Amino acid sequence: MLEIRNLHVKIEDKKILDGLTLTVNDGEVAAIMGPNGSGKSTLSYVIAGKEDYEVLDGEILLDGENVLEMDPDARAAAGLFLAFQYPLEIPGVATMSFLKAAMGAQRKARGEEELAVGEFLKRVRGAADKLGIPQDMLKRGLNVGFSGGEKKRMEILQMALLEPRFCILDETDSGLDIDALKVVSDGVNALRDGKRSFLVITHYQRLLNYIVPDSVHVMAHGKVVKSGGKELALELEANGYADYKTLAA
Amino acid sequence: MPAVHETVEQVRAIDVDQYKYGFVTDVEMDLAPKGLNEDIVRMISAKKGEPSWMTDWRLDAFRRWQTMREPQWARVDYPPIDFNEIHYYAAPKKNNAPKSLDEVDPAILDAYKKLGIPLREQEMLAGVQNSRVAVDAVFDSVSVVTTFKEELSKAGVIFCSMSEALREHPELVRKYLGTVVPVTDNYYATLNCAVFTDGSFVYIPKGVRCPMELSTYFRINEKNTGQFERTLIIAEEGSYVSYLEGCTAPQRDENQLHAAVVELVALDDAEIKYSTVQNWYPGDAEGKGGIYNFVTKRGDCRGRNSKISWTQVETGSSITWKYPSCILRGDGSRGEFYSIAVSNGRQQVDSGTKMIHLGKNTTSRIIAKGISAGRSNSTYRGLVSAHRKATNARNFTNCDSLLIGNKCGAHTVPYIESKNASAVFEHEATTSKISEDQLFYCMQRGLSAEEATALIVNGFVKDVLQQLPMEFAVEAQKLISISLEGSVG
Repeated sequence: MLEIRNLHVKIEDKKILDGLTLTVNDGEVAAIMGPNGSGKSTLSYVIAGKEDYEVLDGEILLDGENVLEMDPDARAAAGLFLAFQYPLEIPGVATMSFLKAAMGAQRKARGEEELAVGEFLKRVRGAADKLGIPQDMLKRGLNVGFSGGEKKRMEILQMALLEPRFCILDETDSGLDIDALKVVSDGVNALRDGKRSFLVITHYQRLLNYIVPDSVHVMAHGKVVKSGGKELALELEANGYADYKTLAA
Repeated sequence: MPAVHETVEQVRAIDVDQYKYGFVTDVEMDLAPKGLNEDIVRMISAKKGEPSWMTDWRLDAFRRWQTMREPQWARVDYPPIDFNEIHYYAAPKKNNAPKSLDEVDPAILDAYKKLGIPLREQEMLAGVQNSRVAVDAVFDSVSVVTTFKEELSKAGVIFCSMSEALREHPELVRKYLGTVVPVTDNYYATLNCAVFTDGSFVYIPKGVRCPMELSTYFRINEKNTGQFERTLIIAEEGSYVSYLEGCTAPQRDENQLHAAVVELVALDDAEIKYSTVQNWYPGDAEGKGGIYNFVTKRGDCRGRNSKISWTQVETGSSITWKYPSCILRGDGSRGEFYSIAVSNGRQQVDSGTKMIHLGKNTTSRIIAKGISAGRSNSTYRGLVSAHRKATNARNFTNCDSLLIGNKCGAHTVPYIESKNASAVFEHEATTSKISEDQLFYCMQRGLSAEEATALIVNGFVKDVLQQLPMEFAVEAQKLISISLEGSVG
């Protein structure tokens, strides 16, 4: 369970989150929607621990543990995963090597034994097949020269292999055509197991046709201004964000 | 606490803990008095029992050196060197031409053991199977031991110290010494001609593929000494040799001078692969101490279709000034230069290569990777030239710089000259910075800041590491990580 309580965050001199409160239960898929500049991506970065942001007040608890005191790698080992809106390129580091390093580091941090090479390869190949990622792509430098769709698939592949407890998807639908959107959504849905939770950040209702949320939260001006069921997303699609922009102001 | 800071305040100094080779060995030394004059040059020559032509050659070099001036064009900055404050000869007292390892001072053997260089052949055989390496160990001014000599001589390969070569094979030395790097080449090379004390000599006969890796390990131990070694490698027609040198020095507050000359000669269809893992003491965080590494390395592809390949991993020295070069004289010859230069703290690097295309259909390839952290400065300086007769000369150059932090510098200074219209030279250069975003991305996947930096750096240098002999690639990778330790807070 992830609990965000009264979170105030600024970057440089600009306040971005202004008393945000949100709870996502085990097994829940929560969607965050909102207009540009409402602080959605900031929220995902603050949860994952990006250092540019200054937390002025509030707390973020993952199963009761305050993650704000942890380094990003410790948060990852504790089970937080962020699928980036713009995944980074790491030239010269084969995707397969990167996966091995990441899985190895997390297992080590949790005091687990390193996976045998055979088992590791089996898992990677199995997960890659499901996402339609060809084997030779795993030998290339991570995300180097990948298309937008391929990068997003690679994020979901990492999510599947790292088996996090809490997944944040930051505008995973942006830049995807309809076929890629389906593949990525299927990948996410396959990871829904009743315990793992998801925070799905998106501008558009379209993604939520494929990844059906349990709850929808509308963000404006750095806080959650309305929460509801999946029907709230449809309502937003019809009426836009105009009402919420004024509501919070 | 935010985990990643890119400010230099967070860059931890390169300190004793990180330079693992900073120890001093206590050995009784035979030291020449400080300073340099003709008597010292004669004394060095006499100590080594050299023929008179060699003594004259040295004296000639010394006289020329006195008329020369230190080069000033490199992008490095250091106070003037007082050449009269240096001992030009330092040898362990007990090392009077030992016939076997048992005659070598145990303290010296111990020093090499600490450095991870096994000199006892049986230890080496027991250690790593299938990767036997013959070693010539040079301690200050003299070679203390060369391993696997007998086995090599069965193949006709000569691998010995330069002093021994001058005694046992003077005709070979005389034929080739100074033919690649002339006596008058440059200030430090000329100084080296006058006072070089030892180094390695390699001769591979016609058609022989050297049965094992050859390696020389240079160690500066004594304080206020200069190390001036001389290496000469000759590969006869159709032969092949892979040679590796490694270097370390104790941690001292004074700067020490290392001015070596390396000459390679490849005849028809011969190939020489020369790899360097250079880890001289780099000085402390404030730039105090460390080795001045002013080295002249040049290979002459004298024969048709010959090939010379330089691979270097440079992490040490307070100042590095070296340009391993290839003279592509033979038609169809090929030169290669693969380099990784890592600088941290206050280190200064001005390094690169020269590819001189003289023959027809000659090709060269340059891959240079510079990594700068801390307050260090790194310059790639490279010359590619095609002379009038170099029809169809080809060169590809790629030089990439990676910056860690925002107080370091990287510079690229390419010189390209072509006097033949059919020559094709390509040059690519990039400068990039390890971004906060890349580090955050890796950390979000569970890697620590240091693991993430190492991963990104290893990706950056991969093309070059692949060129190193397998046994040394792993070592070099570790060395790079250690050199950059603390460059990310």
